Amino acid sequence: MPQNGKLKLALYWAASCGGCEITMVELREKLLIVDQVADILFWPVAVDAKYKDVEAMPDKHIDVCLFNGAIRTSENEHLAHLLRKKSKVLVAFGSCANEGCIPGLANLFDRQSIFACAYVEAPSVDNPNKVVPQQTTKMPEGEIHIPKFYNTVKTLRQVEDVDYFLPGCPPQPPQVWAVIEAILAGNLPPKGSVVGANEKTVCDECKHTREEKRIKKFYRIHEIIPDSTKCLLDQGLICAGPATRGGCGALCTKVDIPCRGCYGAPPHVIDQGAALLSAVSSVVDTNTEQEAARIVGEIADPIGTFYRFSLPASLLHRARLP
Amino acid sequence: MSNNGFEPKIVGFLCNWCTYTAADTAGVSRMEQPPNVDIVRVMCSGRIEPVFILKAFAEGADGVIVSGCHPPGDCHYSNGNFKTFRRMPLVEALLAQYGIPKERFYWGWISGAEAPKWAKLVRDFTQKMRDLGPLNWKSQIASKED
Repeated sequence: MPQNGKLKLALYWAASCGGCEITMVELREKLLIVDQVADILFWPVAVDAKYKDVEAMPDKHIDVCLFNGAIRTSENEHLAHLLRKKSKVLVAFGSCANEGCIPGLANLFDRQSIFACAYVEAPSVDNPNKVVPQQTTKMPEGEIHIPKFYNTVKTLRQVEDVDYFLPGCPPQPPQVWAVIEAILAGNLPPKGSVVGANEKTVCDECKHTREEKRIKKFYRIHEIIPDSTKCLLDQGLICAGPATRGGCGALCTKVDIPCRGCYGAPPHVIDQGAALLSAVSSVVDTNTEQEAARIVGEIADPIGTFYRFSLPASLLHRARLP
Repeated sequence: MSNNGFEPKIVGFLCNWCTYTAADTAGVSRMEQPPNVDIVRVMCSGRIEPVFILKAFAEGADGVIVSGCHPPGDCHYSNGNFKTFRRMPLVEALLAQYGIPKERFYWGWISGAEAPKWAKLVRDFTQKMRDLGPLNWKSQIASKED
């Protein structure tokens, strides 16, 4: 704790959607307590501080930095290195910083194909000269630069040393608040721990009744109205609960929407998608090879289904580059 | 040898009761087979988690073989191999999406009495990997990663 008794806090967003900032706002009146006990030195969405202000700070000046977002561009990576240098404790905040999350699904493509799709081919784009972002552009006033867009989305851990991992898309406000309280009380677990989540899977928190699983057919969520008392996976909806860390309170399954896996892999699982694939396919209800191949063949997009939030953190990281 | 003398590294996950026995017999009988397959013996092909296969590729395997007892009746645990044939088509589809072609992943059944079939699989699969060339997953990602 610093001399004036106030915690020096920084928050940053790299490649993310802004949902993690909403989580901070969802602390509601507790945000006023955060303001009382902490000086927010840097928070691009809410505080007017510039990168040069962070660069001017002495090393380890910030007590805690909550870093959300994946590493998509050279700017994201630069800030990861800078904030690591300036912070005593660096927290990977939210699914993007932890596992790459939805932006990480871009690892199925590369820079060139992403630019082609986003700036040239998409039906809503009007770009007759096929202009795509260039790192350097010559203008009459001089050269201007934008950050480099990487081929591969990375997690924070893949570019910097991280102290704590706070998962979720977004992390649930009560869990965030519990972590802030632990920080204030100086009551943090050993470095490298996952905080703000549980040691068991989402199934452990889910209220639906589980029976022995037998899946005859997989359904997408718009195809059936599930029974709200029975396990969603039993009913043929691909639910990531068995391969996802608990901590969210099973919010999605509470309203009969299958878990999508945003809290990342549970403890001791090194590849969330492989674990989910294994769990889902091994309970297919058939004893013939042809039938099994047909039923699992109905899953059209295995990576998008099983690695929806964790492709960059998976063992293979990305699809093979051309 | 083709492909500039490249020798592939192949990982084979074999069930203890059938395919491992076949591989053992093939070896003891001195059947001709190249030494490229590193065998991992598991108790049942139903015990082979998809993550084993991904890890093999991530750490440098050019090809992976999964083989167990013939379904429906051969499994020592009566239906362990059912889990194998439910999982492996999906693993195949997953690998294809990652950009690892189907040819680099063989899964199937070889019983304890089919040693010549094992030796032939090793010969053919190794030759196929030689022709395909190295997969080299790690450096492939690292070298172009920017």
